[in-house]
Amino acid sequence: MWGVVVALVPAFLVSLWYFGLGAFITTALAVLSCVFIEFTIARYILKEQPAISDGSAVVTGILLAFNVPSSIPWWQLVIGSIVAIGVAKMSFGGLGRNPFNPALVGRVFMLISFPEDMTSWPLPLQNRYVLVDALTGPTSLGVVKEGVKNGETITQLASQIPDYTNLLLGNIGGSLGEVSAAALILGGLYLLYKKIITWQIPVSYLLTVFLFTGVLWLINPEQYIDPVFHLLAGGLMLGAIFMATDMVTSPMTLKGMLVFGVGCGLLTVLIRVWGAYPEGVSFAILIMNAVTPLINKGFKPTLFGEKVKSKK
Amino acid sequence: MMLKTFSKGGVHPEENKLSSGSPIQILPVPAEARIPLGQSLGSPAKAIVIRGDIVKTGQLIARGEAFISANVHSSVSGKVVKIEEIDDQSGYRRPAIIIVTEGDEWMDSIDRSASLRKECRLTPEEIIEKIHEMGVVGLGGATFPTKVKMIVPQGKKAEILILNGVECEPYLTADHRLMLEKGEEILVGATILMKALGVKKAAIGIENNKQDAIIHLSKLAEDYPGIQVFSLRVKYPQGAEKQLIKAVTGREVPSMKLPVEVGCVVNNVGTAFAVYEAVQKNKPLFEKVVTVTGKQFAKPANFMVRIGTPIAELVGNAGGLPEGTGKVVSGGPMMGKALNSLKVPVVKGTSGILLFDTAEARRQPARNCIRCARCVSACPMGLEPYLLEKQVINEMWEEAEGNHIMDCMECGSCQYVCPSSRPLLDYLRLGKNKTSQLKRTSVDK
Repeated sequence: MWGVVVALVPAFLVSLWYFGLGAFITTALAVLSCVFIEFTIARYILKEQPAISDGSAVVTGILLAFNVPSSIPWWQLVIGSIVAIGVAKMSFGGLGRNPFNPALVGRVFMLISFPEDMTSWPLPLQNRYVLVDALTGPTSLGVVKEGVKNGETITQLASQIPDYTNLLLGNIGGSLGEVSAAALILGGLYLLYKKIITWQIPVSYLLTVFLFTGVLWLINPEQYIDPVFHLLAGGLMLGAIFMATDMVTSPMTLKGMLVFGVGCGLLTVLIRVWGAYPEGVSFAILIMNAVTPLINKGFKPTLFGEKVKSKK
Repeated sequence: MMLKTFSKGGVHPEENKLSSGSPIQILPVPAEARIPLGQSLGSPAKAIVIRGDIVKTGQLIARGEAFISANVHSSVSGKVVKIEEIDDQSGYRRPAIIIVTEGDEWMDSIDRSASLRKECRLTPEEIIEKIHEMGVVGLGGATFPTKVKMIVPQGKKAEILILNGVECEPYLTADHRLMLEKGEEILVGATILMKALGVKKAAIGIENNKQDAIIHLSKLAEDYPGIQVFSLRVKYPQGAEKQLIKAVTGREVPSMKLPVEVGCVVNNVGTAFAVYEAVQKNKPLFEKVVTVTGKQFAKPANFMVRIGTPIAELVGNAGGLPEGTGKVVSGGPMMGKALNSLKVPVVKGTSGILLFDTAEARRQPARNCIRCARCVSACPMGLEPYLLEKQVINEMWEEAEGNHIMDCMECGSCQYVCPSSRPLLDYLRLGKNKTSQLKRTSVDK
């Protein structure tokens, strides 16, 4: 698990740069809350040896923080941590036994319970030393969603949408860990190099989003924004590289992982383009988490000698 | 030379072939030989000697009567003092013939000359009968009676004999040394096996970390038409029968079927050597090469040992039991089984004795399965070890069988890669045992 922490360092450094104090405190608080809750439940309720040293609670804390605005009120974050670790992980039996990604469950719970605070995005660079009353603005996906709903074309919205450079670097509004596509890709390459994740899920997820939004964009570029924007904006990079690849909640075979990634991609685009929310990554992954047991049943590895048998 | 390999699964443990440079040393005859009656798969042999009998080295002392069983011969000359149950390598108590050694008088029928006998005039049936008479079993570890393997079932045809010189288990080097020192005898043994099977082609698979053996046998094979040496990529478990067939021929043996289904018969190079000695020298199987190794030994060794020698004597001859030894394993680190006593005797299935110090022997505590699926990627048979483990823990034997637990060859690749240190192989072995027991009892009904 600690390898994942290392992979998240670039995105963390970027978040410190753009969101300053808020990012630091939010991340630290989430990690401490998650670790504390896991320890307490393990020791006092389950009466077993806490396994904090495996690093999974730390990773959940970091990912939960990365999925919320850096200006989130501290008590909402703590509640989110309790839900993430207590409900989504420990109540199922702890590490390895949860069907849903704990950080995403915590995040979605916070979104539904605290919609205002969870959609107030501090502007980058302007709120580094600010802890309350941050200056906020919409996310790139939010701009597109609202604009298209109001009948504006993509060309008309262009001035309000950050260019690719800013999307890559992270000089945009958004959750504290999702903004810099470049930092996340760097972390992803590290994970692949260390063989902590395999390429199947991130590649199939991103490719599906790219192709689906690409087809829509080709059909009507004024109503549907281009696929590169979709790849770089919102929580897709964070989701495809760090959330969908969570081993516990994703399929057990390479074939199954491809199906999982495609499913995540389709659902993400469906929600982004036609759903009520501007961002669909969290919901898409959680839905695919639910489908994973079916995927495992349906996509078993090829048995050695099986091909010969079926030929007869 | 292009390196062949198998495509599915596999792992890369450290090779640790510490003893590959140690020539085979002949160990002295033990003071007492404790020879188990069951040294092969199938039914144990039935003793034909009684307390007080005087026997010679190479004398038949137990007869294998069932179809799947093997004869057992005395490895020493002396007096039979008892026939009783002893602790054997499996950890269970099994019947054995105990002989107190007096001198080393061999049966007159055995040809003890060192000269190579290339020609074999026996018919295939006579060869197979000789193999049975001399108690030859598979020396790759499974100890399947070789005679049974040579009898091709009705309706099937053998096309190629494959000799297994892979020795993919880390640390073990007995086959390596045998190929270097008895290479031509192995090739003659191969021709005898080819004659018995009625095949014209043979392939010898050797892992690429034994370059000297590959070169040596390739050179010798120039005089043996039909025998070709194949260099194989170093990947565990390349020495597994089905993986060896896949690498050399590209064919996959169907699930739950025998290699002859795809026209192949596989024998270990040690078995080929034993066949040579049995058929050409009239020598029964009563001694074999055993590696004694471990990082603590100053000089890990390969010994030619009489069956029935206590393991303690092998360890003693390799320099004595090192300080801080934590575990003594019969076999290699992947598939071997820990011994509970050094009095346990060497049997036909013993290929190596591996010593671990207490640090190496320590098993990490098992943590929750994190569903990383590394075991699935590592399994060469395309199984799902994490799932089978869960089914075994929950005693869901029918479900485990449905998930092909009986296809598991116990290679240990899954346990090797598990980041949570789960005892996958232990559970798989337990599950296979229980599942096959249930199958047997339900068939009997």
